[in-house]
Amino acid sequence: MLGGWFTLFLIKKIFGFATVIFGVLLLTFLLIHLVPGDPVEVMLGESASVADRDGLRADLGLNQPLITQFGRYLAKLSHGDFGRSIHSKTPIIELLKMRYPATLKLAGLALLIGISIGVPLGIWAALKNGHWQDLMVTIVSVRFSAMPAFWLGPILMLIFAVWLGWLPVSGMESRTSIILPAVTLGLGLSAILTRMTRTSLLEVLNDDYIRTARAKGLSENKVILRHALRAALLPIITIVGLQMGSLLAGTVITETVFSWDGIGRLLIESIEKRDYPVTQACVLVVALSYVLVNAFTDVCYQFADPRTKAVN
Amino acid sequence: MKTFAISILLFWLLAIAIGMVIGLQGDAIDLNAILASPNSQQWLGADDLGRDILARVIRGVEVSFMVAIIVTIITMTFGVFIGLVAGFYGGKIDAILMKITDIFLAFPGILLAIAFAAVLGAGLGNLILALCITGWVSYARLTRGQTLSLRNRQHVIAAESLGASVPRILIRHILPLLGSILIVEATYSLASVMIAEASLSFLGLGIQAPQASWGAMLRDGVRYMLVAPHYVLVVGLSLMSLILAINLGGDYLRDKMDVRTEH
Repeated sequence: MLGGWFTLFLIKKIFGFATVIFGVLLLTFLLIHLVPGDPVEVMLGESASVADRDGLRADLGLNQPLITQFGRYLAKLSHGDFGRSIHSKTPIIELLKMRYPATLKLAGLALLIGISIGVPLGIWAALKNGHWQDLMVTIVSVRFSAMPAFWLGPILMLIFAVWLGWLPVSGMESRTSIILPAVTLGLGLSAILTRMTRTSLLEVLNDDYIRTARAKGLSENKVILRHALRAALLPIITIVGLQMGSLLAGTVITETVFSWDGIGRLLIESIEKRDYPVTQACVLVVALSYVLVNAFTDVCYQFADPRTKAVN
Repeated sequence: MKTFAISILLFWLLAIAIGMVIGLQGDAIDLNAILASPNSQQWLGADDLGRDILARVIRGVEVSFMVAIIVTIITMTFGVFIGLVAGFYGGKIDAILMKITDIFLAFPGILLAIAFAAVLGAGLGNLILALCITGWVSYARLTRGQTLSLRNRQHVIAAESLGASVPRILIRHILPLLGSILIVEATYSLASVMIAEASLSFLGLGIQAPQASWGAMLRDGVRYMLVAPHYVLVVGLSLMSLILAINLGGDYLRDKMDVRTEH
């Protein structure tokens, strides 16, 4: 089923992504070396004993040449060893295992909310192109995309948790705790998706084959659902894929606002405690997830779009 | 829309000017006014140390503008330089420079700025540095793409055959044609830098007390939301109005200058 072009395309892509992943690893590795002064002193504080400092320095391998350190870092990572937290002494992989699923759950639900609001609203706006409904949807989506999570989050919290008392303010204790942070993340995404769906569908609606479908006497519903939407969905899927990565990054602030114990909050906690190995691991995991989701979307897109096959 | 955006921008610029003329401080602590609601003395109420929220909002917008302008100028200069070099020379130089931008783009949103701000330490200087390290990439990509297409224009080839030096070609013959697209990009970037600054300050990684910053004020506002909701509302609305006005301004410039961007 897969032609030679696709294998070639995959090899090219894999090589491209491998270099990006190597760059990401290098940059995250170098982070700890950017700490002004002695990173060990910054992490342990000035009152730490010489033995403790030397112990940590040896543990992190900071007394070795940079290139050896990087080699060691890569070798450890290949075994899933991210090192230990300086603060709690727990292996970082355990912390990630504990926190990452919570972030994925939050990002997944946010994606679902974003798609279920954004796509139908975008279709509606495109169908009402030029009418007041279209203008209204555009204005509202511009407003929402201008709302950062640390502003939208507290507003939703104020309305639904404090004033109406329908949902918990923050934390993860209740089953409904996920709703507010997911809606905060999802609304931002839905604003982008609304605009993309609208533009994408409007472009398709002007195509010749839509005119032909209408001329054949097909019902408007059939024209939209069977013909226009199928072609318009492709760019929307790409945007969804790209946004999934941004959602993961967006969770850093949303999780902080709502005290959601995911990887974003772990990152901020580690920064506050100057637990740099944990900071490094969190940044790496989020960046790698982003790269992988993007790579997957890219390959899917190439595979799904018959036009790219023809070009190749 | 245009009038709306311009009036909001003018409002904030006027507020900054008035603040500067009357030497607004916003640091005076009044323990009798802690978290006071809006009243005749403090029009927008007081914060958790009894400081006047209106005064601190105005000091905050000053800082926000300052950071946004400095970061935009630095990132644009550096990014445009990289983009011009990559697009003009092509080949290996282009491949290496673009691979580096790919690596920076592999970090979603402000994650890399958070990471840099975390290791560099909090404070205004480090905040600007962190935003600069991560902000140049979009300018480099944009300029490189444009330069690639302008590189083979006849006037560029003519200048080359007349023996013009590379810097002269880049500055006199290519850069002026990038003017409108860069102005539009810079306008949007002002808004995104403001959001990034507020995000980092919200996370405690940016501007530190007692200096006023909208991000830090929002963090305090969330903390006292149950007893003083006006605090978070005032600061949030201020931030949103400014971001919206700048983005609308960007849209207006884009349409006016007929620039196609991804925004």
